[in-house]
Formats: sequence, C-alpha cells, structure tokens
Amino acid sequence: MTETDQEKLTWTHKHLLGLKDLTRREIEFLLDTARGFEEISTRSIKKAPTLRGKVVVNLFFEDSTRTRTSFTLAANRLSADVVEFTKKSSSVSKGETLIDTARNLEAMGIDIVVIRHNAGGAAKLLSRHINACIINAGDGYNEHPTQALLDVYTIRQVRGSLEGLKIGIVGDIAHSRVARSNIWAMTKLGAEVTLIGPPTLMPAKVNELPVRVSYSLDAVIQELDVINMLRIQFERLGGNPFPSVREYSHFFGLTVERVARAKPDLVVMHPGPINRGVEIESEVADGANSVILRQVANGLAVRMAVLFLVSQGVAEQSKER
Amino acid sequence: MPMVEKTLIKNGRLIDPANKVDGKADVLIVGDKIASVGVVDAPDAQVIDAAGKLVVPGLIDLHVHFREPGDEEEETIASGSAAAVAGGYTSVVCMPNTDPPIDEATGVEFIHRMGRQARKTFVYVMGAVTKNRQGVELSEMGLMAQAGAVGYTDDGDGVQDAAVMLRALKYAGMLDRVVAQHCQDQSLGGRGVMNAGYNSTILGLPGIDPLAEEMMLWRDVQLVRKTGSRYHAQHISTAGGVKIIREAKQMGLPVTCEVSPHHLLLTDDAIVEYDTNYKVNPPLRTRADVEALRQAIREGLVDALATDHAPHLQSEKELEFLTAPFGIASLECALGLYVKALIEPRVVDWPALISMLTYRPARVIDVPKGTLGPGDRADVTIIDPGAEYVIDADAFFSKSRNCPYHGWRVKGRVEKTFVAGELRFSAD
Repeated sequence: MTETDQEKLTWTHKHLLGLKDLTRREIEFLLDTARGFEEISTRSIKKAPTLRGKVVVNLFFEDSTRTRTSFTLAANRLSADVVEFTKKSSSVSKGETLIDTARNLEAMGIDIVVIRHNAGGAAKLLSRHINACIINAGDGYNEHPTQALLDVYTIRQVRGSLEGLKIGIVGDIAHSRVARSNIWAMTKLGAEVTLIGPPTLMPAKVNELPVRVSYSLDAVIQELDVINMLRIQFERLGGNPFPSVREYSHFFGLTVERVARAKPDLVVMHPGPINRGVEIESEVADGANSVILRQVANGLAVRMAVLFLVSQGVAEQSKER
Repeated sequence: MPMVEKTLIKNGRLIDPANKVDGKADVLIVGDKIASVGVVDAPDAQVIDAAGKLVVPGLIDLHVHFREPGDEEEETIASGSAAAVAGGYTSVVCMPNTDPPIDEATGVEFIHRMGRQARKTFVYVMGAVTKNRQGVELSEMGLMAQAGAVGYTDDGDGVQDAAVMLRALKYAGMLDRVVAQHCQDQSLGGRGVMNAGYNSTILGLPGIDPLAEEMMLWRDVQLVRKTGSRYHAQHISTAGGVKIIREAKQMGLPVTCEVSPHHLLLTDDAIVEYDTNYKVNPPLRTRADVEALRQAIREGLVDALATDHAPHLQSEKELEFLTAPFGIASLECALGLYVKALIEPRVVDWPALISMLTYRPARVIDVPKGTLGPGDRADVTIIDPGAEYVIDADAFFSKSRNCPYHGWRVKGRVEKTFVAGELRFSAD
C-alpha cells in the first residue's frame, strides 16, 4: 500500500466537530498530517496551493484572538479565500438564527465554516443543516478540538509520545471546552489524565469520565509529566465557585515553588490567554518548562491539517456516492 | 320538542375504575348523559359496535399548554382542543403561563369562552399562583375560583419563596382549590437545559440537578403539613421525588402527583445528538429515575398521567440546544405512549392505567368527571387496545411538530371520543 492509499483510508470526515468520536488512529493521522504542514511556515514564501479556489468563513459568535488569527493564517497559507464574520451576540430570540445565518453564507458559495459559538452543540447543529464542511473552533463548554490537537501535537513534539504520560489539567473543568477535548485526545493517545481543581469547578459525574480527580495540586504535582493550566474564565463562572482569586491562586496556581517540586522536565502548558499571577506565575509562564508559545506556533500547522483533511473528507464522501 | 340523540355503545369492554367496573357491558347515552349501563337495548338509538374495544370514561389531562393568548402560531385553544379529542381527552387543564399569563378572572373566562367555541374537549384552566407569575404577590385567587379556575400554578417555574408558597397554600385552602407546583429550585436548577449528570458533562451543557426538584418538593410537603391544604406535584421526574411523595402519602397528607409520558420512556441519553425535541422541563433523567417512576405507578402513588403537552414552532426548536425552548407536544399520541411505558412491560393493567387518566385526575381538581355511571356526563372514549400505528407528527391536529416520538410504532388507538354525548372525534 502506498502512503497516499493509506491516507485515503484513514480520513473520511467532512467535519471536525469534536474529538470524542474520533479514533486514536484518526487523531494520530491528523497529527502526522500537521507535521507535514509545519515545513510550509519555514519557507520564505509561506504558501501552498492546496485550497486554492476554496472559501473559508470564520463564523465567530464569541471573542477570540488566537484561534481566529490562527485559522485565518492557516487558510491563507493554503491559498484559500477567507471571509471574516463576527457577531457578538448569539441571542437568538431577536434577529437572525444561527441556521439562517449559515444558510445565507452558504448561498454565497462557501466550502468550509469555522465556527465558534457560546452554545454547546452549535457546530453539530450547523453540520445537520448546511452542506459545507464544519470545523468547531469552540462550542460552549463542549469541545475545542483544534486546541486539544495542538496540545497533544506539542506534547508529542517534546516527549515523542503520550503513551503512559501523566498529565494534569488544572482549573475550571466544569466550564472548559478545552478540558473536554483534552480529555478525549489525551486518553485516546494513551496518557493518564488527572483533573485538578476544587469540586465547585468539576462537572457532574466527573468520576464517570476516564480520568482521575484530585482536589489538591500539591498532592499530585510531583508525579506529573505534563501540566495544562486552564484559564479561569471569569466571564463564565456563575456565583463564586471559589472564595477569592487569592485563595484560588494559593491552592491551584502554578508557582515557581510548585514547579521546583515537580519533575525537572515537567512540560507546562496553557491554552491562553493567560491570567498572569492567577493560575500561573509569570516566571513559570515564561520559564524553561513552558511550551506556551510553541503551542501557539503549532496551532497553525494543526489547523492547516484540519482544513486540508475536511476538504479531502468531502472528496472521499462524494467518491463513495 | 327536538329529538334527543341516543347512542348505544354495544359489546365493548367497559372499564370504569371509580365504580370498580371491568367487563363486557353496553353503554346508552341519551342527550349529554349516560342513561344506562349493562345489557341495554334501545331500538331508537344509533348503535356503535365496540366488540374488542375498550369503553372508558373520557380521558382527563391535568397539564396542557395551549399557548393562547400570546403564542397562537404555536397552538390555539381550538387546535389544542382538536388534538385533545383525537387523543381521547374529553377534559384538559390549561396552564396559565400564557402571554399575558392567566392571573385574574377575565383570563379564566377567556379560556373558557375559547374552549366552548372550539367545541371539542372540555377546557379547564388553572390560574397563576402569583401576579404575572413573578412569585412575589398572590394573584386574585378567589375571583379566579369564582370564574371557575380549578387550581393554581406558576407552572414553567416553581414558587421559589417559601413564605409566598405558604401564603398561597393557606389562601387556596380557604377556597378549597389545589395548588399545583412545578418543583424546581431556581438556585439549583437555574441556567440548566438538561439533567445534570454524565451526559451534560460530556455534551458541555449546563445541568439541572435532580436536587432542584427534590428540594422544592420536600419543602412544599412541609408546608402542606403545616397548612393541610391540597397540593399537587406536577410532572415528577426523579427517583428522589418519588420517595418524597411516598412519604407524604404515608403521612396521610393531601398530596397528589402526576407523571408525564416522556419521563416514563426517555432518558438524557437521547440528547447525545443535541436534538432539541428532547429538551423538556423538568429534563429527561436517567434509567434509574424512569424505573423509580414506573415503580411509583405500580404502587399506586401516581394520581395522574399528564402529558405536559408543550407545543413549539419548528423554527424555535431549530435553535441551539442552549437557547431552544423547553417542551414536547404529545397530546394526541399520549395513549399509545402510556401503553408502551406501562401496559406492555406489565407495570399496570388497563383499569389502573385508565384510573390515572380519568377519575383520579378528576379528584385532584375536584370536578365530577371520570366515571361512567347512570346520570354521569357522557364523556366517553373508545379505544382499540390492539391496534398498532406509527406516530406521524405531520398529521397532528396540533399546530406544532416538536414530537420526539415521530415514527414510533405504538399500540392502543383512540377510535371515538364523545364529549357530553356528542361524537367529537372518530378515527375513521
């Protein structure tokens, strides 16, 4: 079997809605594909003709800097045309519904929709109603698959493989789409995931997930190979699930002192944007263990791979018909 | 003098649980009343052969949303009433969470008038417990009672403030009317859109903790203990809720409850594709809750089966799961659903099922309905218990199609529905 045959066998999805339903093989294939795209960013002319003539819409109903820019750049490097669509409010009782917005965009002839939305399931909803490829760039606190892909991509880059690694995810698990996508990707790739945070930031029935749970960062910090510090999403917290920022930082912040007690090669990650001094101290974020900027750089290759593969997925599906 | 209409329903299996009747018997309807029951001959009557069919008191649904006034594009009292008789219902109780809400006597009179005009099912209404359903000040409960309101509820929301609920129970006690509650503590259930559990966690949707129901129900039972007023827990959905009802009944308190078909048939596993037709409040729970509710029915703890028929526009149900409205439309297929949930798995037999659809709900709202003795009002439903059919939401008389049972194959078809002696629905 040639390598191209194998590729065709391995990727048949028209959408990337989440990682929960992908197999280990599919995730690995995606990461391997991303690796091939990494090289483009090192060229003097940072462009490949892969998606020439295709139109990508960035349909963002929530604020985003990193993810949106990363998708735009990724699409540009593959020579696609990119349309930016921002809508602050997703309040649907007034104005156009999500489906109507998407149908209108589709009428203009688009190929790929990159959607970010405050409602879990929004990407899936779109995929049921329009024909374009849908890439989930974050839906409520359901999934943020490209973030998790770039996270595991970065871990593979640094540590070779995730098999057997002990990974801690710290913070607001309940309201985090990054945590959910991370859990699916990391456990499928063989890592052992521990969720760390106060019980007030854990989702219902967390013990039924394929993870361990710890309420004490200090109790588990020494055993971790990788630590992913989630941002405290002040905008999503209802009430006050912890008494104060000071108290949160005291128990769950990644400090220089805590890193000193960890394995020397602890990989420190953060999906950004960072609340310096809240979940992570500046010295740690900018320190030798941190791969935070590398994550951002890798996001580009991963998103190029995703854009490329979903458009291939369409070709695969139409061939089957 | 005009001819009095006579109809003789012959050879059916008459199930009239209030009178402990279950057996072959003829029913003679003269005018709007039952004239006689047993072996009857009436040469001048129009004869309906009901061999192999069940002849039962007209069904009563304590919980429907007919959306009028305010949301007539979703349902009207006319369209809802047509759906009701197609479902075998000769009496329904409209919920007051319309726009504006039914919180004073003219609203009650309006619902009655529209019901009479529709000339299908008998339309009752509950008034709001509090003005504008705000949970703060009592509505004009007495004036609404005089206008014919059969009880009070802020359904859609529970009365959050314990002192307000205490006052409502005391006042309703004076009026000898029932207070019905949508048990959900907002401080626990607030922003949720589905059951809080494993599925809400993996779908990333905010959950409604089962405790939200249990806490309010438990609180209300204590208030009933203090007041002795009649209290009805609407659409109980949790195993914990069942336990509280069981204890309240063991204490001999005037507490009744209802269960809805979706809580007997569906679990939150159904939401995995974010299908908003499964978004309902109280939310679909777990298999263990379904089993507990069926067990409660087996024990006779459940007074009424009530659809919570909640029609919504397709365009609204096409919204994100987070923002789509709560509700399932099921009025005209309810009987088949109850058969699937309760008869087929042998949870109860037909007489027990019919009792929860007739005289027991009638007692909750204290109306003289749900029985088929001589002199009773001739509300009669004829059911073919063996007839199988496929639920087709597109064929509903209801204006809405938000029905997760579309395409289900069920048994138990409503053949004919008589209201006050008049044939108001016939399947052929």
